[in-house]
Amino acid sequence: MDGMQNSTDDTWEVAGRRFRSRLIVGTGRYKDLEETAAAIQASGTEIVTVAVRRVNLSDPKAPMLQDYVSPKDYTYLPNTAGCHTASEAVRTLRLAREAGGWNLVKLEVLGPPPFLYPDMPGTFEAAEALIKDGFEVMVYCADDPLAAKRLEEMGCVAVMPLGAPIGSGLGVVNPYMIGNIIEQAKVPVLVDAGVGTASDATYAMELGCDAVLLNSAIAHARNPVVMARAMKAAVEAGRLAHLAGRMPRRVAADPSSPLAGLIR
Amino acid sequence: MLRAMGETIQIAINGEGRSVGAGATVAALLAELGLDTRKVAVERNEEIVPRSTYAAQALAEGDRLEIVHFIGGG
Repeated sequence: MDGMQNSTDDTWEVAGRRFRSRLIVGTGRYKDLEETAAAIQASGTEIVTVAVRRVNLSDPKAPMLQDYVSPKDYTYLPNTAGCHTASEAVRTLRLAREAGGWNLVKLEVLGPPPFLYPDMPGTFEAAEALIKDGFEVMVYCADDPLAAKRLEEMGCVAVMPLGAPIGSGLGVVNPYMIGNIIEQAKVPVLVDAGVGTASDATYAMELGCDAVLLNSAIAHARNPVVMARAMKAAVEAGRLAHLAGRMPRRVAADPSSPLAGLIR
Repeated sequence: MLRAMGETIQIAINGEGRSVGAGATVAALLAELGLDTRKVAVERNEEIVPRSTYAAQALAEGDRLEIVHFIGGG
């Protein structure tokens, strides 16, 4: 990245697909589909996560997500939200692949409430089955360097440790482990879950993440569309700061103005 | 197998019991339900039903179908 003059030269790649935006946005928890579409557009994202659920048979003509956030405009990343076992997650993503033809997926196997912490044994089992079945797996995981490495070695195309529990808005609570995971990874690392506001996303990017995945921080902001703009700027700022390389921290003052030539 | 006119079978769709005409295919069921086949996916007894086979797969008594689509999620 030496000599990079502007952020438009800066792209990242996952599973052979190249993206300019380093923000992945969820499509859940908005007031309605109009607000979803407006926030997604304002965020500048190129990838959106989507969930797979039973159709409502009593209202088959109800508006669908695809009519507002078109898979022609955004890369759909189907998730396994709500799955607590490997077999549920694998079934869900096989249906997603049939519904849309996408093999790039977000795997998450969750433990019980109240933390919905990643269930790593279940995640390993599902990742293995999905990779064997031809999926390209971006995987939500614990902020555990051993787990992240193992998932990468299994063939996951991106590892996505949590910043903090899903929907908590607590930010990146274990930056040192996120940093360690980034340092050892040969696949993209994304902070997924926990981001609460713009500075959290910036911080994740400053740590060296390739991208950030978030949903509630936008959807549950008082004004989601404005927060979507904030997140776009935040991710760009964090990325640039990471590339620029921050100044060293020091405990004592180091004046910015020259001391020579002071009046006496 | 001979069937009387109007004979029906019992299946479950998304966990709810339903009667459909004997011999109905997945394609016929989706049409009856008013669903856009391009926007849904179907699982029959925990096996994916490829879209290309909807017209060829006849439903059977006791089939358990899941019909899903994409909704907002994180």
